[in-house]
Amino acid sequence: MKKQMLFLAVLFFLVTVAGFAEESIESLTTAMNMMWLVLTGAFVFFMQAGFALVETGLTRAKNATNIIMKNLMDFCFGSIVFWMIGWGLMYGTDHFGGLIGFSDFFKGPMGDPNFYRDWFFQVVFAATSATIVSGAMAERTQFKSYLIYTVFISAFIYPVSGHWIWGGGWLSKLGFHDFAGSTVVHSVGGWAALMGAIVLGPRIGKYVKAEGKVTVKAYPGHNIPLAALGVFILWFGWYGFNPGSTLSGVSTDIARVAVTTTLAGAAGAVSAMFVSWIWFKKPDASMTMNGVLAGLVAITAPCGVVSPGAAVVIGLLSGVIVVLSVEFIDKVLKIDDPVGAVSVHMVNGVFGTLAVGIWGNVDGVAVGVLHGGGFYQLGVQALGVLTVGLWAGLASLVLFLAIKGIFGLRVTEKEELMGLDITEHKAEAYSGFQIFSNM
Amino acid sequence: MKLIIAYIQPHKLNEVKQELYRSEIYKISVTNAMGCGQQKGFHESYRGVDIEVNLLKKVRIEIAVNDSFVKPTIDAIIRGARSGEIGDGKIFILPLEECIRIRTGETGSEAIG
Repeated sequence: MKKQMLFLAVLFFLVTVAGFAEESIESLTTAMNMMWLVLTGAFVFFMQAGFALVETGLTRAKNATNIIMKNLMDFCFGSIVFWMIGWGLMYGTDHFGGLIGFSDFFKGPMGDPNFYRDWFFQVVFAATSATIVSGAMAERTQFKSYLIYTVFISAFIYPVSGHWIWGGGWLSKLGFHDFAGSTVVHSVGGWAALMGAIVLGPRIGKYVKAEGKVTVKAYPGHNIPLAALGVFILWFGWYGFNPGSTLSGVSTDIARVAVTTTLAGAAGAVSAMFVSWIWFKKPDASMTMNGVLAGLVAITAPCGVVSPGAAVVIGLLSGVIVVLSVEFIDKVLKIDDPVGAVSVHMVNGVFGTLAVGIWGNVDGVAVGVLHGGGFYQLGVQALGVLTVGLWAGLASLVLFLAIKGIFGLRVTEKEELMGLDITEHKAEAYSGFQIFSNM
Repeated sequence: MKLIIAYIQPHKLNEVKQELYRSEIYKISVTNAMGCGQQKGFHESYRGVDIEVNLLKKVRIEIAVNDSFVKPTIDAIIRGARSGEIGDGKIFILPLEECIRIRTGETGSEAIG
């Protein structure tokens, strides 16, 4: 045994020495980048688990199998179509002055190693955008219609606006800055979530009309610990999402991005908790969790160009915004978003994108209003928010209306009341406890 | 005095309560129950294997009434619980020997009313 160990040690030493002889700064950098992007890509992939748990925890037990299936399958369908079509539209050769990419579909057979690195890192972002929607459309959407939706957002909607910003398109040429995707990822998913929730309509019994007055009812989530675990997993995944978006394993920004990400998420939770404490008299758990996610979404665009102090301010504001937005969407607009996906991802995605134009503080990248950069950056950010919002909003509205017209989008009243687990999947999430109502 | 026991669909409880209230019957006990009748439960499938589950969620209502209230109570329960589909439930009426209000010691009709 000892002899074997010795032999291995000698072999390792020889290989290392021989290896070093051929290393250069360039090849080491390539290796670092490869490792960094694949590692952080895996972190971002794990956010799928976070979304699945948050959405399951914040909805009713009779729909838990259904929401897990949606979260699983949107990644599986999305990743395949992103390879077939999405990548080519997002990172293919530019056409029409930065409007769309068009090449590299069904990329293969072997090709450049850097392609695989970049594709893997990007596909997990595309999947994050797609999976945001399942929360807002929870508890009432037909499973097959959701699958159709998820193919289209990953193949077309996300890659087109992604090309404008990350694929060398027209917004990036104007100097639009979205470090890790407040707009590219979160607001696109958020806009689709909003349109989905509008086209679907509210869950039965959410807004009850009695004597000319509409009362707003709550459907409490069935497992808050599960939702909290999901939030922790998402936060963990964000350390891949933001620091990974340096796109370089030797970047000196990695740690600073991790710090701003941490501070904004923490500050978002703090302010959401206090707002809910003052407003609802008690610190609300699910709202505080939404506050964490709001802070993380908001810092996603500016995390590379702001100071730690600015990150705290952005986080604190996002926590206030998310509570106000949830209340506004639920009680004033009466749009039923069971998990607050629109408020977290769309509203705070927009806020985070604009924050670049206010607190940005890196010369040559983004200098905001507060650091003497004038209003140019803020204007470009606002233009990006507007055009991406129009694109993602209109495209997903048309998509959902088309699915509604052709296949139907919503389950029947009876299926909704019984729960989607038993009606869509013929199985319960918690077998042995009859949680659904027999109709 | 009669004891009325009804098994109804859980999601019809609210409507039954409202109908009872309209008929001025304000006293009710409700328990969760599992059971099956003609409907014979439901089917689930796990990895392609069919599973037959016999017991369905039901709600059991108990109301003790004076004789004059028997008919209105039954009518109210039927109005609230009937959907016309299998599984709507059943009503049983039992003679009630005695009723005692613990707080005052009243018995009979006074204790029920």
